[in-house]
Amino acid sequence: MRRSTYEFGSDVRIEETATIVGPREKDGPLGKYFDKDFRDDLLGQKSHEKAEIKMHVTLLRYLLNKSKHDQNDIDLCISGDLLDEIMGTCLTMREFDIPFMGAYNACATFAESLITAAMLISGGKFRRIISSTSSHFSTAERQYRYPLELGNQRTPLAQWTVTGAGATMLNDSLGTVALTSCTIGRVVDFGVTDSNDMGACMAPAASDTMQRHFEERGVDPDYYDLILTGDLGDAGSRLLKILMREKGTPIGDNYNDCGVLIFNRAAQDVGQGGSGAACSSTVFNGYVYKKMLRGEYKKVLLVPTGALCSKTSVLQGESIPGIAHAVSFEVI
Amino acid sequence: MDILVYLRVFAIGGAFCLIGQILINTTKMTSARILVCFLLSGVLLETIGVYKYIRDFGKAGATVPIIGFGANLAKGAIEGTLENGLLGAVSGGIEAVAPGIAAVIFIAFVVGLLATSKTK
Amino acid sequence: MSEPNKRYLELVSKKMPKSRHLTTMFRAFWTGGTICMIGQAFTDLYSSLPAALPEEDVSALTTITLILITAVLTGIGVYDKIGAYAGAGSIVPITGFANSVVSPAIEHKREGVVLGLCSNMFSVAGPVIVFGISSSVVVGIIVLIFKGAFV
Repeated sequence: MRRSTYEFGSDVRIEETATIVGPREKDGPLGKYFDKDFRDDLLGQKSHEKAEIKMHVTLLRYLLNKSKHDQNDIDLCISGDLLDEIMGTCLTMREFDIPFMGAYNACATFAESLITAAMLISGGKFRRIISSTSSHFSTAERQYRYPLELGNQRTPLAQWTVTGAGATMLNDSLGTVALTSCTIGRVVDFGVTDSNDMGACMAPAASDTMQRHFEERGVDPDYYDLILTGDLGDAGSRLLKILMREKGTPIGDNYNDCGVLIFNRAAQDVGQGGSGAACSSTVFNGYVYKKMLRGEYKKVLLVPTGALCSKTSVLQGESIPGIAHAVSFEVI
Repeated sequence: MDILVYLRVFAIGGAFCLIGQILINTTKMTSARILVCFLLSGVLLETIGVYKYIRDFGKAGATVPIIGFGANLAKGAIEGTLENGLLGAVSGGIEAVAPGIAAVIFIAFVVGLLATSKTK
Repeated sequence: MSEPNKRYLELVSKKMPKSRHLTTMFRAFWTGGTICMIGQAFTDLYSSLPAALPEEDVSALTTITLILITAVLTGIGVYDKIGAYAGAGSIVPITGFANSVVSPAIEHKREGVVLGLCSNMFSVAGPVIVFGISSSVVVGIIVLIFKGAFV
C-alpha cells in the first residue's frame, strides 16, 4: 500500500475546543473536564434526534462565543454524526451561515474531519475550520439496535454510546498545540460478524493504522506520552495490545482508550465502555487538550476507530469492517 | 391454593426460560428469533400430541410462555379442521389466539399513544 | 482483505469475555418461573369467579391481563430494566411478546401515528405472528389430509 502519512509541522494549530455531554458522561471519571452538560437528555425537545441537534447547535454557539469569533470568521465546518444521512449534523448546520461539509466514518468521523481540515489549512486557502462530531445514546440505539423500551439483555461485549458532542477549532497561527501529522487508514475486515462486538471489528484497523503511522513517521510508540484509541472498549484494547505485540511494536503504559476513560465501567453498567462518534471528540477536546495546555502531555497520538456497520449489510450476512485514522498532536 | 401446583408452574415455566437463556448465551440469537423458535416448537409438540401432557402437568407454566401460544394455535387449527374442514384449517389457529392478538394490538396502540421512551 | 482471518477470529473467541452462564441461567429460571406463577394466580382467580367461566375464557383472560400489565410496565419504562436482569426469563413468557409489540409502538410514535406507531408496531414481533399463523394453517392442512390420526 502507498504511504499515507502526512506531516504538517506547526502549520495547523488548535485555537479552541468545546465539549458538551449528557448526565452519564458528566458523572463519569472525566466529568470535570467537560465544558457544558445537561441533566435531561431530551433537552426539552420532542425526540432524541431533535435533542441531539440542539446539543450540537449549543456546542457550536458556545465554541464561537468562547473563541470570540463570529460566524464570518469561520471558513468551513466539517462535521458528522451517526444518524442516517448524517441528518443530525445537516439540520444543525441549518442554524449557521458557515460553509459546511458533512463527514461520515462511523465513530472515526472525528479523525476524518480533523484530517480534512488540517489538509485544507496547510494547503493555504483556508484559515480557520471547525471540526465537530456528535452522538446520542438514544438515537444510536434506535439506529443500530432496538427500541429503548425493549426488554432484552445487553451482551457482555456491548458498549455504551456516548451522549455528547465535541468541537475543535483549527487555524493556521494561533494556539500552542499543533496537529503535527496524520495517517489515513484503510478499511480492514477480518470477518467479524457480531455487531455487538465492535471492539473486535475495529482492533485490526487500529493496529494496521498505528503500525503504518510508526513506520512511515519513523518513530517508536514510546515517542508519544499518550496513545489513545477511540472506542475499542476494554476487551477491544486488550485485543489491540496483542495484535501490536505480534507485529513487533508493543504498546505499553502510554496506551489507553477513550471509551475506557470516559466511564467508570465497574459502577456505570456500560459494558465494555463508551463508543460513538462523540466518544473520541469529547475525550480529546475535554480531557486531553486541557492536559496538553497544562503541559501534562506533550505528544499525543489520537486514533479514533470506527466500525462500518449498517443494519442492512449485517442482515444480509456481511461481516463488519473497521477503519481507524491516526492524528498526532504536539505542544509547541 | 395448592403449593404443589405452584411449584410445578414455577419449575416448568422456569425450565422453558432456562432453555431460552441457553439459546441466547450460546447462539447470540435475538429476542425475535427466540420467540419464533419457541412458538414453532409449541406448534410441533401440540400437533404430535405431546403438549397436552406438559400443559396438564405445568398449568400456567406451560400456557404463559410463548411456546404455549404456539400450542394453542395448533390446538385451534386441529379442532377447527375436525369441525369445519378446510375453512376450519385456515381459521382455526387464529380463532384460538384471537383474544390475545386483539388485546396486544389494541393495548399497544393505546400505550403507544400515551407513553414516551424514557431516558436511559 | 475480504477473506475472513481465521487466526484472528480464533483469538477473538478466546480472548473476548463470555456471558456468565450460571448467573444468567439462574436469573432466567427464577424470573420466568415467577411470571408463570403470576399467570397461575390470575387463572385461579378467574376460575373462582361466581360466573363459572369455561376453561378457554379463563386462559384468554389470563393472557390479556398479563399483556395489559406488561404494556403498562413498558410504558412507564420498567420492563426493559426487568429484561436487562432476567434475559430470557422475561422474553419467553407471553409478556416478552407483548413488550416487543409495545416498545416499537412507543419508540416510533414521533414519526406519526399512522406511518410511525402503527406501521412499526410489529417491527420486532411481526415474525411471531407470521410464523404462528402460517404454521397453524399448515397444521390444519395436515390434519385435513390425515384426519384419522387426530380424531
